[in-house]
Amino acid sequence: MSQSPGMRVVDASDRSLLLVFDDRISLAAHRDVLRLTPLLRFVRGVTNVHPAYASILIDFDPRTIRREEVERNAAELFAHAAAAALPEPRTVEIPMTYGGEYGPDLEAVAALTGRTPDEVVALHSSAEYLVYFLGFSPGFPYLGGMPESIAAPRLETPRRRVPAGSVAIGARQTGVYPIASPGGWRIIGRTPLRLFDPAADPPALLRMGDRVRFVPILKGAT
Amino acid sequence: MNHIRVISPGLLTTVQDLGRPGYAHLGISASGAADALSLRAGNLLAGNAEGAAALEMTLAGGTFEFESGAVVALTGGDFQANIPMWTAVEVKAGDRVRCGHARSGARCYLCVNGGIEVPPVLGSASTHLLTGLGGLEGRALKRGDILISRPSTSGWGRRSCLPLAPSPTIRVTSPTSAQALCRAAWEVQPDSDRMGLRLRGPTLDGHTGQMLTEGVPLGAIQVPPDGQPIILFVEHQTTGGYPKIANVISADFHAAGQLRPRDPVVFEQISIDAALTLLDAQEDWLHSLV
Repeated sequence: MSQSPGMRVVDASDRSLLLVFDDRISLAAHRDVLRLTPLLRFVRGVTNVHPAYASILIDFDPRTIRREEVERNAAELFAHAAAAALPEPRTVEIPMTYGGEYGPDLEAVAALTGRTPDEVVALHSSAEYLVYFLGFSPGFPYLGGMPESIAAPRLETPRRRVPAGSVAIGARQTGVYPIASPGGWRIIGRTPLRLFDPAADPPALLRMGDRVRFVPILKGAT
Repeated sequence: MNHIRVISPGLLTTVQDLGRPGYAHLGISASGAADALSLRAGNLLAGNAEGAAALEMTLAGGTFEFESGAVVALTGGDFQANIPMWTAVEVKAGDRVRCGHARSGARCYLCVNGGIEVPPVLGSASTHLLTGLGGLEGRALKRGDILISRPSTSGWGRRSCLPLAPSPTIRVTSPTSAQALCRAAWEVQPDSDRMGLRLRGPTLDGHTGQMLTEGVPLGAIQVPPDGQPIILFVEHQTTGGYPKIANVISADFHAAGQLRPRDPVVFEQISIDAALTLLDAQEDWLHSLV
């Protein structure tokens, strides 16, 4: 374990290092992650880079590069990255249908938060969200910025299969399932957008640092 | 061009190579062979580059018919096959390679000279079952599937090697102490898969809190609120919020890939330097096959 100002390095395994910028979610740490992630991907011997809220995990091939060298590279890049400009944030609109067969848990979220379904929709679709990072499963965005007034606890028993495109609330977070998968968040709607397409370049629709808005598809519109 | 017909697929047979690293920042874990060392050895014996695509069978193997002659090598767990293991074998047109139930280990690898040809997804032939990526249509093989292989012109390996013996203990490293993990005896749960090896044993206390979600490496041992550890495996999620108490060393991924349901598991904590020395020895062994 070692320390350089603003960054802590932890040995996560014999082939990975964890760079920690903060112990909580913060915009400053997010910017560190945003600046450093693309640089680290091109370090020789680095095989994978896992960004998160306030940390980056670096996988490397110990047959190609020594951990001390990875750590030195990371520290140098971190020092240089502080001056680097952040990419211009994009705003991505995600059209979606709330409730009904696409959002089977909308009524429950309304009941749990003491609001009407229409109020939940208005609150959810009026906020601007920040994509902190993609993780967990292919193309899955970790979004910040959901109004706390519509936070609803996760399901006690996760669903075996959540359809692709489902938009859901899990505690104080909201997210979109890019592919059909098991899931324990409450589903409030669905988007027809493909958030993950392995044939596309890049395969994920969203990028970390993007701003996201959910836009209700009006009933009767074609 | 050779056609390989799937007469019976076995319990869970997928096309695997060494996976698709480089996309964790998009939420895509590398996947790849669960016992990459056996896959690499089998490919070298079959005269391939070590990362060629091959078939990974799980617990009960399948039967495969070769339309034309081919050179193959079978490695990994002992599935009571009708061909010898850990050596290059020449099969003739119409021959069937038949694998039965695993007598030892959980996975075996059928490597064919020239590799198995499937359209690469993000640079790899590896099947990622959970997300339906790669391999043959992103799924396990079915009866009647036809696999394509093009024999390489570079000749083939003629060597044999001694079967690999997985370490009886799974060695781990930890930034703190993995005492509680190493003191106890564990058993592999039946619902383990390529995503995670679930273990049953004494409840590990003091790991009830969720932490801030962070990246997870292959082989991370995480402890969910029920106190029963999970070894995150080749199809693992790229980030997670449960505490991690230790990490399987690279040289023992191979041993972890051969664990089967109800196997006993014992852990031993070693230093990162010791782990890398073991990895060097393993790589030396592999390169002696070239």
